[in-house]
Amino acid sequence: MTAQTQIDSAGAPAQGRCIKFGDNVNTDVIIPGRYLVSIDPVELAEHAFEPLGPEVQQRLRRSKVVVAGRNFGCGSAREQAASCLIGAGIQAVVAVSFARVFFRNAINTGLIAVECPEAVAAAGDGDVVTVDYTAGSVTVGEGSYPFTPYPAGLRAILEAGGLLPYLETTAGGGR
Amino acid sequence: MSAPRTFAQKVLERASGETGLKPGDIVDAYPDLYMSHSASWRCIKTLERMPGRELYAPERIAMVMDHLSPAQTSRTAAHHQLCRRFAAEHGIEKFWDVDAGIAHLVLMERGHIRPGMLVIGTDSHSTIYGALGAFGTGVGFSEITATWVTGKLWMKVPESIRVIIDGPLPAGVFPKDVMLRLIGQLGADGGTYCSLEFHGEWVRGLSVSERSTLCNLSMELGAKNAVVPADTVTETYLAELGVLRDAYDPSLPDPDAGYRETVRIDGTRLPPQVACPHTVDNVRPIDEVAGTKLDQVFIGSCANAKYDDLAQAAAILDGRRIDPSVRLIVTPGSKQILTRAIADGIITKLLDAGALMTNPGCGACAGDGGVMADGERTLSTANRNFRGRMGSYESEIFLASPATAAASAITGEITDPRPFVTRALTRSAT
Repeated sequence: MTAQTQIDSAGAPAQGRCIKFGDNVNTDVIIPGRYLVSIDPVELAEHAFEPLGPEVQQRLRRSKVVVAGRNFGCGSAREQAASCLIGAGIQAVVAVSFARVFFRNAINTGLIAVECPEAVAAAGDGDVVTVDYTAGSVTVGEGSYPFTPYPAGLRAILEAGGLLPYLETTAGGGR
Repeated sequence: MSAPRTFAQKVLERASGETGLKPGDIVDAYPDLYMSHSASWRCIKTLERMPGRELYAPERIAMVMDHLSPAQTSRTAAHHQLCRRFAAEHGIEKFWDVDAGIAHLVLMERGHIRPGMLVIGTDSHSTIYGALGAFGTGVGFSEITATWVTGKLWMKVPESIRVIIDGPLPAGVFPKDVMLRLIGQLGADGGTYCSLEFHGEWVRGLSVSERSTLCNLSMELGAKNAVVPADTVTETYLAELGVLRDAYDPSLPDPDAGYRETVRIDGTRLPPQVACPHTVDNVRPIDEVAGTKLDQVFIGSCANAKYDDLAQAAAILDGRRIDPSVRLIVTPGSKQILTRAIADGIITKLLDAGALMTNPGCGACAGDGGVMADGERTLSTANRNFRGRMGSYESEIFLASPATAAASAITGEITDPRPFVTRALTRSAT
């Protein structure tokens, strides 16, 4: 039932065609509340972006990277907003900015989420986008755009494939 | 002597055991309470994948079955069953079943939330706990599970924004209107990752219920948390629940703490506000949308289904009938609220006016009962109007105060409540 993980320990780049959205894409659009009865990324992926219609859903399926404007993932704390994208085959989200819970959920489910406004401006819907997490850059066509790398602690979680796999690799600090 | 600190800095320093924290620092914090509502089953299923892990502090776990309650499918019923069994097996005393109401309101009215606490919850509107001077913030369900076993969670120290609201508000205008105005002004990401502190004389005069509307709606600015620093109002509220002053450390912000900005909003001439489809920051003064035909009015949610919200709606609906073209659904926020509203005759007034009462809980706000068909419109007292949240993807949600909701139910279209409020006041005075 797990569709993780996007990042292997070598930190291989995420690369592929992108699907581009505008500002303030909210969690109810990413995965409607009626489907939160599941936590299976693959089952959830069938309903990802359902409110926007089948054409958008088909394009999502053909994409590896989501490109979005400001405040991507605003709204609910539902973790499935990140995991449904993983289930749909998305490897990375590049946005101008993220809503904070979505950002947390992305890191904690092992989905690369980087803020890179220049790359968003450069990318057109359907362009091939490469997110080189290790190098800290997003490549769109001829252009390469740097992003601020995560702090070490968050990076360790992401590289483990998410928070729970990360805990399995550590003593966890329990009482 | 240490540098002046914001509320967020003080709480996160205490919860992490670190000192001298600055915005942007990332710490391992030990939350005082872990709230998981109907998402609890997801946490339990996740825990099952971590064999051998013990619970760090069962007394810090709070579970409330508020969404999809009572169960309407066997799948949901199985989720509730899983939670019940888990709570019994692990001695989770803060387990509240399908009868209790919305998690946030239940935990506040039962004395589980105290000033200065760090509370994480599987619900974005966990910011509401700031109404009792606590630091509440939403997280994902895996994070709650991780905290169950480790007791800690990574948190970034937020920048703080000081919000000063000048009052009093005109009759018929409420804290909900102030917050919608603020969200319209700052935008849906105007407070992203920030701690919002509400200050000023008018704020200090608000009840805990009114404060909870401020802190709840702050989430729609993207805030990490929101707080009305604890004061005598907080103290009195908690004392009535048997929680005494020596049971908490309010972590009050220092007067000269560092804020990213100060936002000031004048409520004294504010008209009622309405958030239009499909974003909460698409806010208009009521004049611009009055007359919009409605199919349904919903009074519910953690934002505005408290006792005073129902009382305000009932005062307007008292002795009147709703328009036959609309359905009025009223979902009290908690069983305690419902009980009090029954005792005071508020529920009878709502029923007589034509309202449909449902059981306490999240109800239609989360798309559970009271959903819409294609082309329908609801005016709701909730905090979100995203496309498809209440049924059809081709339906529309408008957000407003309970007073605006009641006035609109009477006419069947979006209606300025101020004339109704004036009349209600006149009648109660005679």
